[in-house]
Amino acid sequence: MGDKKLIIINGLIVGFLSALLVKFGNPINMGICVACFIRDTVGGLGLHRAELVQYVRPEIIGIVLGAFLMSYGKRDFQTRGGSSPLTRFVLGFIVMIGALMFLGCPLRMVLRLAGGDLNALFGIVGFAFGIFIGIKFLNKGFTLKRTYNLNKAEGYIFPIINLILLVLLISGSTLLIFSQKGPGSQHAPILLALLVGLVVGAFAQRTRLCMVGGIRDLILFKDWYLLSGFIAIFIAALLGNIAFGVFNLGFVKQPVAHTDGLWNFLGMALAGFGSVLLGGCPMRQLILAGEGNIDSVISILGMATGAAFAHNFKLASSPQGPTVNGKIAVIIGFIVVALIGYFNIEKNLTFKVKGDVKVEG
Amino acid sequence: MKANVVDARGRACPEPVLLTKKALEVYKEGVDVVVDNVTARENIKRFAKNSGYNVDVKEENGDIILIIRKE
Repeated sequence: MGDKKLIIINGLIVGFLSALLVKFGNPINMGICVACFIRDTVGGLGLHRAELVQYVRPEIIGIVLGAFLMSYGKRDFQTRGGSSPLTRFVLGFIVMIGALMFLGCPLRMVLRLAGGDLNALFGIVGFAFGIFIGIKFLNKGFTLKRTYNLNKAEGYIFPIINLILLVLLISGSTLLIFSQKGPGSQHAPILLALLVGLVVGAFAQRTRLCMVGGIRDLILFKDWYLLSGFIAIFIAALLGNIAFGVFNLGFVKQPVAHTDGLWNFLGMALAGFGSVLLGGCPMRQLILAGEGNIDSVISILGMATGAAFAHNFKLASSPQGPTVNGKIAVIIGFIVVALIGYFNIEKNLTFKVKGDVKVEG
Repeated sequence: MKANVVDARGRACPEPVLLTKKALEVYKEGVDVVVDNVTARENIKRFAKNSGYNVDVKEENGDIILIIRKE
């Protein structure tokens, strides 16, 4: 099937380009990490004070603009929103707390495994578990209600914000903070990172590549489409890492990672659970935001705020391991997501369609 | 021909696919599904085809109508 071939190629490209970005300066196993890079960007804007992770990441800007340009060119660009905005903000916030407990978004989880970081295995099992719980809610009729068409101008705002960030970054503006050491100081050249982002964003806009969707669709519909992209990322990144000599199999001394299996599991379980209710992983939210989906923009703003709080409140893990505050936050996160799940179940969704009668589902 | 119509407009994936799945469990011979975005169209098309249905697509005033029938 031609469709499937395209998403496999898409996955291979994402995996290879991620390895390439590491070769050219990004932190190891962090060619692209949407959660980490949103966090770095928030830091670069001075919204948190963690000095090691402050840098406006051009990959994020590229993904948004790539998806914008592709959707615009293909006439897919459609401004819409209004589907439980504040709930989405909270879910985005919590997904970020979970991701920073583990130290990576679902995409980086795959890249970490492809770099030989076996701690990611706990993350993947947790991620799948979180998705499994989320699906229970979907099957019971969970919905954040419908979206509505909005004025086109609303949809341009987020791409424009990204364009402004890009101008500030390229001009080396003194408004921004640039980490002098730590992961935030490690980065590929701006132009290369931007280019990779553009390619990934444009391509994934076409294929709808999504890490959460992969496992979700397999469980829900026995559909391998999205998961095949996921697997392709792993294979290409694995080969790339071996070729570039950064593959390092084991649990200890993995870059920007810790070895606490339980909390790696729980962190990604929370990220998976929250993402299923949002309808997509953090990368997918960036793509949708570029396409004019304001619900996704709100989710990203939630993630960005979550990232700032994660560092201001010392919730984010470090290579030394998780923090007590972080553990408490993850537990609260589970409770909040479960409550959101419960209170958004449409009880009257017992299906009654009658001949020629339209049923609002 | 009169058909059962599922209105999944405005729903974000995977909800339109879930609604389609539930409708097809009740109406095994087929249903019409109305959606308003390309992602939902593609996802439902793939799901219906994988489940052994034929899918025809019509566009009407910006809405996309998927006509799903048993092969």
